Amino acid sequence: MNDDAVFRALADASRRRLLDRLHETSGQTLSELCEGLNMSRQAVTKHLVLLEAANLIATRRQGREKLHYLNPVPIQGIAERWISKFQQQQLAALSALKAALEKPD
Amino acid sequence: MAESTFIYVTYIRTTPEKLWQALTDTDFIPQWWMGVRTETDWRVGGPWKLVLTDGRTADTGEVLEFEPPRRLALKWRNEFKPELKAEGWSHCLFELEPQGEAVKLTVTHSIPRDASQLIQAVSGGWPQILSNLKTLVETGKPLIPQRAAETAQA
Repeated sequence: MNDDAVFRALADASRRRLLDRLHETSGQTLSELCEGLNMSRQAVTKHLVLLEAANLIATRRQGREKLHYLNPVPIQGIAERWISKFQQQQLAALSALKAALEKPD
Repeated sequence: MAESTFIYVTYIRTTPEKLWQALTDTDFIPQWWMGVRTETDWRVGGPWKLVLTDGRTADTGEVLEFEPPRRLALKWRNEFKPELKAEGWSHCLFELEPQGEAVKLTVTHSIPRDASQLIQAVSGGWPQILSNLKTLVETGKPLIPQRAAETAQA
């Protein structure tokens, strides 16, 4: 799984719309995902294949149905790449503050 | 049947054996699970427990399946938030599949009820925990060594 595949998959409004719908309700069939969208079933299928290849969605068979789930792990990886070092500083600042406040006089 | 499910997938550049070791070595787990400790002897049918950094029990359950290096399933219930505990038992499955140079790790956490608050609560934690596990196994260094356990755990 590389970041390029994730960014390419995200660089399309229709695919982001599909991810938004899975974010609202995870675990949908192709038919459910197509409902109310101005896209052909074939187009949705194509987008889903690309999203799955980028590991942004996971699928699971349940009986005869294939359910689609949002997989947020690659997005977490992208966020951490640039954000985590700032979070670390905040956490370090907070723990220093806690230590200072709790220090007996 | 009504069900709430979340599925998380990550690809980790390692072998199934090494990943299995990282997932089940109770001394190693806190390094990627943000300090949260696991207490179990991994006996199928035996107890399993998650303990927060402050010593509170977060979740308890039972080892349902233990098949190295492929499948680990847990019965899982929150213990410290009454509204989550009331939801009862959830099911958490770890599946490891070799794929080329990497291992595909799939975590499926589900509970047989609609709009589960437990599944909502753990969904905030899993992406970060798995991302941390991936970084630790691939580089030897955890990305986020320790955080307030509550942010990582339901």
